[in-house]
Amino acid sequence: MSGINDFAFKSATVNGTGSASANSLLMEAIFRMGIPVTGKNIFPSNIQGLPTWYEIRVSGDGYTARPPVIDLVVALNPSTYAQDIAEVRSGGCLMYDSSWPLDPKLARDDVTILGIPLGAMCREAFTRDRDRTLMRNIAYAGALAALLAIDLQVIEQTLNEKFGRKKALLDANHKAMRLGYDYAREHFPCPLPFHCAPMDATSGAILMDGNTACALGAMYAGATVAAWYPITPSTSLMDAFKEFCQEFRVDPESKLNRYCILQAEDELAAAGMVLGAGWMGARSFTCTSGPGISLMQEFLGYAYYAELPGVFINVQRAGPATGLPTRTQQADLMSMAFASHGDTKHIILFPADPHECFTLTVTAFDVTERFQTPVFVASDLDIGMNDWMIPRLSWDDGYRPDRGKVLDEAALAEVKKFFRYLDSDGDGIADRTLPGVSGKGAYFTRGSGHDKFGAYTEDSAAYAELLARIQSKFETAARELPAPVLQLQEGATAGIVYVGSPDAAVREAITRLREQGIVADAMRIRAFPFAPAVRDFLERYDTVFVAEQNRDAQLRSLLTIETGFPRDQMIPILDYAGQPMTAGTLVTAVRDHLQGAST
Amino acid sequence: MTSINKPSVRHPSAKKNHIGLTKADYEGGMSTLCAGCGHDSVTAALIQAFWELDLPPHRAAKMSGIGCSSKTTGYFMRQSHGFNAVHGRMPSVTTGANAANRDLHYIGISGDGDSLNIGLGQLAHAIRRNVNMLYVIENNGVYGLTKGQFSATADFGSTSRKGEVNEQMPIDPVLLALTLGASFVARSFSGDKAQLVPILKAGLAHRGFALVDVISPCVSFNDHEGSAKSYAYVRQHEVETVETDFIPLRREIKMPSGQSDVTVVHMHDGSAVHLRAAAAGYNPRNRDSAYRHVQACMKKGEVATGILYIDDAGRCMHDLHRTVPTPLRDLPFESLCPGSAALDRVMERYR
Repeated sequence: MSGINDFAFKSATVNGTGSASANSLLMEAIFRMGIPVTGKNIFPSNIQGLPTWYEIRVSGDGYTARPPVIDLVVALNPSTYAQDIAEVRSGGCLMYDSSWPLDPKLARDDVTILGIPLGAMCREAFTRDRDRTLMRNIAYAGALAALLAIDLQVIEQTLNEKFGRKKALLDANHKAMRLGYDYAREHFPCPLPFHCAPMDATSGAILMDGNTACALGAMYAGATVAAWYPITPSTSLMDAFKEFCQEFRVDPESKLNRYCILQAEDELAAAGMVLGAGWMGARSFTCTSGPGISLMQEFLGYAYYAELPGVFINVQRAGPATGLPTRTQQADLMSMAFASHGDTKHIILFPADPHECFTLTVTAFDVTERFQTPVFVASDLDIGMNDWMIPRLSWDDGYRPDRGKVLDEAALAEVKKFFRYLDSDGDGIADRTLPGVSGKGAYFTRGSGHDKFGAYTEDSAAYAELLARIQSKFETAARELPAPVLQLQEGATAGIVYVGSPDAAVREAITRLREQGIVADAMRIRAFPFAPAVRDFLERYDTVFVAEQNRDAQLRSLLTIETGFPRDQMIPILDYAGQPMTAGTLVTAVRDHLQGAST
Repeated sequence: MTSINKPSVRHPSAKKNHIGLTKADYEGGMSTLCAGCGHDSVTAALIQAFWELDLPPHRAAKMSGIGCSSKTTGYFMRQSHGFNAVHGRMPSVTTGANAANRDLHYIGISGDGDSLNIGLGQLAHAIRRNVNMLYVIENNGVYGLTKGQFSATADFGSTSRKGEVNEQMPIDPVLLALTLGASFVARSFSGDKAQLVPILKAGLAHRGFALVDVISPCVSFNDHEGSAKSYAYVRQHEVETVETDFIPLRREIKMPSGQSDVTVVHMHDGSAVHLRAAAAGYNPRNRDSAYRHVQACMKKGEVATGILYIDDAGRCMHDLHRTVPTPLRDLPFESLCPGSAALDRVMERYR
């Protein structure tokens, strides 16, 4: 690590001062130079004034997990100087604003300190306070361009696209960029030993965050009703859906909308709206995070028993309670899998990155209508709110939505009498009808005890029969949901099991482990209930690890509960402090365990 | 105990409405409520109202929550889809259903506990959204199904069957609805079918949220001396504000002779409601005076009934959301999915 196209840098600033623009500018430029790049935004639960960091990892080999070491830090927030200087690797660099004297906290013998008078330069170049603050970030971006050999022309081209029509803003940005760039070139050896060199590894790729991708998935799946309550980190998903609706779902002649987005009074109401719309036959969804899922528990259990469709996108964040709203975790697995009192179970799909956010959200709509039950899309803050390099999204115009077993008027005419909860073909799924079509299809949707004819019942046998049929529905689902993704190698003795965003870290870890003589396979589970292949994998290895981003090893618990595989034969690797998992965490945990086990 | 279906015996001379249905066609299962329950009278009034309106049953959606009143959706219009939601949350389900299909007639039946205790928040926001629906509160001041706890409408100083006294201020759904900007607010009494039926008809025809608070005494837990919602009390203290005579356009009925001071309010579907101002100067179109009138009656221990407020501007939730006339659930997939070419263009923004 640490060379051409193999390094990471981090900016430490104050939120609300415009550093986000500077960071994404750099990321886009690196991407456009054809170099694989990842950005991790570590932001506070606040609007203005608290510390915020942005990590950018450049990896010609295509490793996109959070970087193992930081080569350069831009320290622009005095309140975090101590921890920022500590993060730079030995031999790395720290850039600070030399308009003010070097703070004693920023002293390290083994780190090159680069002082650039960013503040002073911007004070001289710009007259308005707002510009002086904003442009300071662009100036450090310019300095980094020089130090890290990020193509200035590419940056300037990107600026032109962003601010093309706002000449004053464009000029200011160009000016600030040049200030930093020229100063760096004049005062420091450019480029540093670790820097960018153009490649051609991004031509089929895009930079996109998971929330935008989920929104596109909902759009393409034909969702018409959305209900939500704002909560970090899911809000940007509904914002994106709304923008796409305004672009694609407005009737060109009447200017009227082919969608309805309901901002509910709370998540509980949002869940009710989703299910009411699904009952009526529209594809509907909500997006939320852990606290919202807690509020939706009652309706989720209701939908399980009454058999109603609805897509629930959970962009997971650190809990419990209010927790860390701007930190990532995978800690809602149990509360999604068994949401609500009584014997309930719910389908969950686990995207690994924004590309799967798109494809699996589309799948979620097909699955929810086919199985007449809620489907969770378990995203998380890391996937949802960071820009990931992913293959371009594509769409097959041959796609036809699977609306499930719905009897229309013609089909009802063939039936002597309609009963809602009869399973005629043994797959556990009954026919349903939509309101407003025919009186022959009328039935009651109720959360109280009902029999297979849809009638209210307190009869033990009838009640039990229906619950057993719903259970068999989920056995069917387990066989039909997206299969796990396996990474297999010859001679593997260990297996690593996980879901979702740790994918990048696991892939990198597998390579690093192999370099150290440890051959491990990996299984990325993509759906719950688990496919039969999941148990098969667990039984194949001397040692099985379950890596997840929560404290209580929830995925491991689910594996035991569902497959019967002994809990203590699975070694947990837990990383739950709110930051995306790194390959290093996995490598260390696997190696230490295997070496400890062998002594 | 499973549902009891009423035998469907048709009296040969049962009168048919304009779509060829008799009143029996608007019935549902047999009521399992206590004998003498006010709710059963409300159900009868609903059946009468829907029959008179020529409402096609399959074009209605019956929505309710949990409680005795919420069970009554099973007792009318067996050919309509019904939804018994979780307790207090019927408004959100109806909002979502309505969003998906604006064309059905949504009939929400709820109780005072379901709507004003656990459901207070959702009721309030459904009113604010002006969801196009008829919302009937069968109001008895008590939790009947769980055997007699006070609800939010229990009057101050009233006693429970066990002799406990309520000392919390009641929530009046009519005042609440007026405050929240409801576009149709009415109150009646389960024992006054002559007043209730036209109110229900007007409420269903109204384009927007129509709140009808129906005092419906509970014979088991609230119809005793000391309750302010007993049959005896309400009959003594009811003050009728406006008589209504709902007249669908195609059946024009001449006004009875000798009457004057009639306000005509045009409904969205073209039919007309004729209001008689029983109180001098009462204007059903003025929210402030409605508020004052209801409060004045309350001060005298009276229950103002009738259509108390109506706004016939006709802008419901769909108008505010500017949705297309076609129900969203009926839109063809091709008009919803932008297609591969559009996605390719979108991709260019992320490179």
